[in-house]
Amino acid sequence: MIGVMICRDPSSALFVGLMAIALLLPVSESGNWFSQSGGNLLLILPALIVAGWSLLRSNDLTAQTKLPGLLAFVATVLAALPPLVLLENGVQPGFEGSGYWLFVLALGFFAWRAMGLLSHVIRAGRAYQLLVPTLFGLWFFYLWEVVVTGFGVPQILLPAPGVIGVAIGGHLDILWADFQQTFMKAVLAGFVMGCGSGFVVAILVDRVPFLQRGLLPLGSLVSAIPIVGIAPIMVMWFGFDWQSKAAVIVVMTFFPMLINTLAGIDEAGAMEKDLMQSYGASYFQTLISLRLPVALPFIFNALKINSTLALIGAIVAEFFGTPIVGMGFRISTEVGRMNVDMVWATIAVAALAGSTFYGVFALLERIFTFWHPSYRQQ
Amino acid sequence: MSNPDTAAPASAKNVVEARKLSLVFGEGESAVHALNNVDLSIEDGEFVSFIGPSGCGKTTLMRVIADLEKPTGGEIMVHGGTPEQARLDRAYGYVFQAPALYPWRTVRRNALLPLELMGMNKALREERVAKYLGLVGLEGFEKKFPWQLSGGMQQRVSIARALGFEPDLLLMDEPFGALDEITRDHLNEQLIHLWQETKKTVVFVTHSIPEAVFLSTKIVVMSPRPGRINKIINCSPPPDRTLDWRETNDFLEVAHEVREALRAGHSYDD
Repeated sequence: MIGVMICRDPSSALFVGLMAIALLLPVSESGNWFSQSGGNLLLILPALIVAGWSLLRSNDLTAQTKLPGLLAFVATVLAALPPLVLLENGVQPGFEGSGYWLFVLALGFFAWRAMGLLSHVIRAGRAYQLLVPTLFGLWFFYLWEVVVTGFGVPQILLPAPGVIGVAIGGHLDILWADFQQTFMKAVLAGFVMGCGSGFVVAILVDRVPFLQRGLLPLGSLVSAIPIVGIAPIMVMWFGFDWQSKAAVIVVMTFFPMLINTLAGIDEAGAMEKDLMQSYGASYFQTLISLRLPVALPFIFNALKINSTLALIGAIVAEFFGTPIVGMGFRISTEVGRMNVDMVWATIAVAALAGSTFYGVFALLERIFTFWHPSYRQQ
Repeated sequence: MSNPDTAAPASAKNVVEARKLSLVFGEGESAVHALNNVDLSIEDGEFVSFIGPSGCGKTTLMRVIADLEKPTGGEIMVHGGTPEQARLDRAYGYVFQAPALYPWRTVRRNALLPLELMGMNKALREERVAKYLGLVGLEGFEKKFPWQLSGGMQQRVSIARALGFEPDLLLMDEPFGALDEITRDHLNEQLIHLWQETKKTVVFVTHSIPEAVFLSTKIVVMSPRPGRINKIINCSPPPDRTLDWRETNDFLEVAHEVREALRAGHSYDD
């Protein structure tokens, strides 16, 4: 029966095979899995039992069987612990620990199988659907941690996620102050001003035809200026504090919003415009009732592009002069002081802030453009 | 081309009055004569169909009446004034070839759109929308979005939207052209009832002979290159007609007359 199951699914077959070999090979110069302190076997056994249980239960899958996937998820997490515990105990497998790396490889194949089982279920709840991305993310960070620590990669090249986590936990006050300075002040102010002015100018350009011919070429010229060129100038104009960073962001975000809004309000169909004309609707009535709703997908596109541009702009601009706070300042100074863990901690905060900012607009887009063919549900 | 209506003097009770109306797109060699010397009177309460092959100017003529195109020659009066005045007075409702509903508005709010633009008070416009959505048989669909409805239902929403502000004149540009024949027949019957109940003047563009004959009290046969009126056929279909009427001799005779007029205008030539 196990044979049939294994033939049907190569990743579980590889898991079983590799795990069997891994447990016999050395994990480091000092011995194999069984010569380590007994705690490890106590960890490995339950993981293997749950893994075996889930593989047995996955024999006759229907689109509704959730149990094998859930068991496989638990087994993956349990089986991920022994290698971590070894590292924690000061064992460094390096190139000698073939058993150690085979174990990790076998675990990889099992995680693969677990994700397969999890995504097999259709029409599951939201929490269940989050399990696959969670497992994927965990696996990514786990592999990073195990490889960097297991091979003793120098911290200056790449710190392990655990080290970065410790840096974040230990410097929450500094990171929060940097976030306040860069995101809450510079990014938000610059983003609102840049997107707002881009939108208003788009309406003006639409209303006044000569602006379209005069302003657009100028605008594309300005948008082509590299950020490292304007940042020092903005620092000279607006000082060291967040205002100069906001100015850089305004320059960066203005043009994408202008172009997208213009394209969007031009998108209304001839028939829909004739309809408004047949009602004797004014320019602003047509704009508000027809052209702006049609432009919404374009405007949200610009907001999403600008949400990432704004953070990049603020961080890069801080390299050119800043008070002694801010994410860009932190990265540039901590690199100089070889505190790479703090650099990575700041990068992590920036990534989290940036993707949350983007996510907010992606969510708003779904809410406001529910009627668009790409989102509508019959 | 002799035209029985040319002799009649411009009369105030005529809803549409066109004299020597012309419209040329472009200039010189590439000029397109979309309308050439069109004379037409449409009286109050008539159901007038424009029929002819593509490029005969039937839609253009309707768009001139609606002030969506400006004529380059001749005169046209709508309700005794200029088409622009009629448009600004919201004297007509226009139903397009496609429903042209706004996908972000529900059925109810689509029908409300012209009334909101006109600044009608809330109670009255809700009442109107309820009345006309009922009249086109769409009660219970108010909260749906257009893309949740079939093509025929969408076009009925657009008819309700055009009726909502109670214009005297309804301009319909091939409103059922994109629908299947069964739906089209069904909507034709409904349209006859609607016309009889509301006593509106309807101008209807079509390229279907049965549709024109079934619906109209006056059929305007047009031909292309240059776009012109070939013949105007007055007919008096029985008021209580159903689709079965299309199998009677009366119907077939009128249909034959329309076809002869189209042939005389070289509409069947290559």
